[in-house]
Amino acid sequence: MKLAYWMYAGPAHIGTLRIASSFNNVHAIMHAPLGDDYFNVMRSMLERERDFTPVTASIVDRHVLSRGSQEKVVHSIIKKDKEEKPNLVVLTPTCTSSILQEDLQNFAYRASLETEADVLLADVNHYRVNELQASDRTLDQIVRFYLDKSKKKNILNDTKTLNPSVNIIGVVGLGFHNYHDLSELKRIFADLNININLVIPENASVHSLNNLPRAWFNCVPYREVGILTAEYLKKEFDMPFVNITPMGLTQITSFIREVQNILSNLGKHVDYEAYIDTQTRFISQSAWFSRSIDCQNLTGKKAVVFGDLTHSTAIARILHSEMGIRVAWVGTYCKYDVEWFKRQVSDISEQIVISENHAVIAELIKKTDPAVIFGTQMERHIGKKLNIPCGVISSPVHIQNFPLSYRPFLGYEGTNQIADLVYNSFTLGMEDHLLDLFGGHDIVNADEINQQSSVTWSPQALLELTKIPGFVRKKVKKNTEAFANQQTISVITVETMYSAKEKLQS
Amino acid sequence: MTKTTNQLTFECETGNYHTFCPISCVSWLYQKIEDSFFLVIGTKTCGYFLQNAMGVMIFAEPRYAMAELEEADISAQLNDYQELKRLCLQIKKDRSPGVIFWIGTCTTEIIKMDLEGIAPKLEAEIGIPIVVARANGLDYAFTQGEDTVLASMAQRCPRKEPKLSISKKQSLIQNSSEHAYNSTNYSIKKAITPLVIFGSLPNTVASQLTFELEKQGIHVRGWLPSSSYSELPLIQEGDYVVGINPFLSRTATTLMRRRKAKLISAPFPIGPDGTRAWIEKICNIFNVQPQGLIEREQSVWKSVESYLDLVRGKSVFFMGDNLLEISLARFLIRCGMIVYEIGVPYMDKRYQAAELALLQKTCQDMNTIIPRIVEKPDNYNQLERIHELKPDLVITGMAYANPLEARGTNTKWSVEFTFSQIHGFVNTQEILQLVTKPLLRNAIFNSPVPILYNTKN
Repeated sequence: MKLAYWMYAGPAHIGTLRIASSFNNVHAIMHAPLGDDYFNVMRSMLERERDFTPVTASIVDRHVLSRGSQEKVVHSIIKKDKEEKPNLVVLTPTCTSSILQEDLQNFAYRASLETEADVLLADVNHYRVNELQASDRTLDQIVRFYLDKSKKKNILNDTKTLNPSVNIIGVVGLGFHNYHDLSELKRIFADLNININLVIPENASVHSLNNLPRAWFNCVPYREVGILTAEYLKKEFDMPFVNITPMGLTQITSFIREVQNILSNLGKHVDYEAYIDTQTRFISQSAWFSRSIDCQNLTGKKAVVFGDLTHSTAIARILHSEMGIRVAWVGTYCKYDVEWFKRQVSDISEQIVISENHAVIAELIKKTDPAVIFGTQMERHIGKKLNIPCGVISSPVHIQNFPLSYRPFLGYEGTNQIADLVYNSFTLGMEDHLLDLFGGHDIVNADEINQQSSVTWSPQALLELTKIPGFVRKKVKKNTEAFANQQTISVITVETMYSAKEKLQS
Repeated sequence: MTKTTNQLTFECETGNYHTFCPISCVSWLYQKIEDSFFLVIGTKTCGYFLQNAMGVMIFAEPRYAMAELEEADISAQLNDYQELKRLCLQIKKDRSPGVIFWIGTCTTEIIKMDLEGIAPKLEAEIGIPIVVARANGLDYAFTQGEDTVLASMAQRCPRKEPKLSISKKQSLIQNSSEHAYNSTNYSIKKAITPLVIFGSLPNTVASQLTFELEKQGIHVRGWLPSSSYSELPLIQEGDYVVGINPFLSRTATTLMRRRKAKLISAPFPIGPDGTRAWIEKICNIFNVQPQGLIEREQSVWKSVESYLDLVRGKSVFFMGDNLLEISLARFLIRCGMIVYEIGVPYMDKRYQAAELALLQKTCQDMNTIIPRIVEKPDNYNQLERIHELKPDLVITGMAYANPLEARGTNTKWSVEFTFSQIHGFVNTQEILQLVTKPLLRNAIFNSPVPILYNTKN
């Protein structure tokens, strides 16, 4: 058992559901107790999804516990097949249901005999993998399934496209700024004269997966999701892939050069250097920003970075190599991929932190006392307590990290966004500090002074007043006193307060 | 689809509906019981739900934590007793709570972890009371979680008056008499009535209701739960108990069967009609003639007249997820609304008998259709009915709210009713504000240029 207050990565089934619900017309059925469908709330709220989340539960209740699911799961799948006519149903076990050790594989098979839809059982162990690993695996599983099927049916399309083309693999619902990143990636590839063959899983149809091998190569923008799929496609169809995250100028340059390299290996010789040069110097503002006086002030300032693999490594690199900021330590909660992480950041910081425990991170931040934090929502709150500004750079996130406006982290526009984020975090911190130094916001609250009241408060009423949350207490006090004056009550009792609330609110 | 009988009818569907996991009760109970610590013994799934559902609360160092089960716990390679002891000692060291609640989950049920067996031993060993509640999704929905916790706490209420606390009790009496001095109908006896109210409410709302009863000369002995575990009310054989929420049937049963208390079956004090009926019923039991209640109710109705104008004649559909549905529907019908369907996770017809009777009577009084009550609803079927009926307002969970809004249906998020102050005369307006907010807002959107806000495909 582990005492835990907060987790950075969710349980495995969340990863599976994110993949399934990102595809077009794929329905996930969770084998889960009542209340485990919280994923639907997150998708509907955080992404402000207009459509019903294609996830339902085959409920595990007391009866299932005593007699097994029997026909229930099969019925749920068949019912959903009729109602929604999905292309694919992904049967998703949860922590709870995986202990029951029911033969879900068999249920999936039996259901598939009667459904129009394909049926797959998500192959993830809930006690060994987390949300991110599970999403990687589920995507891989679905892609394999459809490519195998296409091979058997002889509908696999592996004729390469005439012009260079790419599959973008790993853009997923509830991902950190994923949709904006996708637009930015598309823009880069358009600039490089490379066609997009397929984007998966976001909004892709499973029936288009047989076209995956048509692309010249694959692009996996994030470390967390898509690598397994890309490796499989490499092995099976000899498709090269680029898995450098084009976040920050250094990495975008490496990314584009890698693409150039891949194309030339495939016999298409291109030279992107001029493009890189123009973009870096004139389209992205961040190279100039790094040279400007503003950024000079940031030199040697102390920052700490914590997040998932992709964002933590990329942001640390930007701070260190592009802005001259000292990265006191850099860390990740993705324990399962530590070796890769260490390789990425070994030249950036001597201290590398690997932890899933937010208390450890909080303690470290306190000890380091950096000028700024770049982390997840948890680090933002840690920063709030310690009065250290924080820029949010990675999941887990809140609704404010699903902005309406265009906020990519990838590509040249991404560099501008990141520069703003970094700079704003610092200036706010500086401003706060200066204000503190000069005695804070010196605004006298005139209302407070003029509020000489003729009424008195009974001790019980005063006690009651203290129970009212701070931010409305003053208003309640004022209203009650006004009410008392109006009713010519001289001593305010608890009853007076209630009456006042009732009368004055309407 | 509309019913024309004047009898309540109950249907039961497949139980495929969206609701919160009952462990969510932790989020309001740890705030209510100030010296408590809640340990949820479950998996990452439970933790993920709590972390996301509690929102910013999670950052305020809440007095709750997960005892996250690992593979070795599931396969019994680790000893449950030793593991729980280790964690509870840690909690004792870090937080020194007055009581630790163990919240059993689906997983502890399935692996049959003997929490009730382990707790007394560990309690003796570490010297902190440990209360076990099985608030799992196999058996319960959302607010029923509180029910399981209160049912367990009911067993811990003292049976005899502790000798040392007389001075405390006196000060309590003095407190309540202070109210009485200031109230207009001071004259009635000050003796504490053998009445305990059960159900967790924010302290201000609880004292508002206590105060309403005091005005009738009924001095409540205590609340289950009180704001600290050490102040659990005395419950003796033959005492009276009354519930304030519709989802507390296990607690009621426990109080009756295990503590031999007498349950006052009353409608719940939600809305001025409910509050009046609740007080009247209690007065009736203690042979008190209620004073000024009818006028009180009428004045509340009058004060919310502007809201009533907005809701009158509008139709509502409850998809059902928190068990407050019957009481809210009854109130809204009294407000002049038409309720098509009351979805409800679980219907205890005995515990809610008085509330159901009032619902039926309200429908007759208002001369409106009797809504269908659908227990264990099927959300898919409900969405089809909503599509067909086109209600003016759907009260639903967050999973459906945005998709329904995108289809032009007004929605109100049902969970807000759980977390808002809706009890007693004083909070009538609060309920109506919740109900009218979507109507008001969408009226604004529809008036000048509807095309701007029309997102229907």
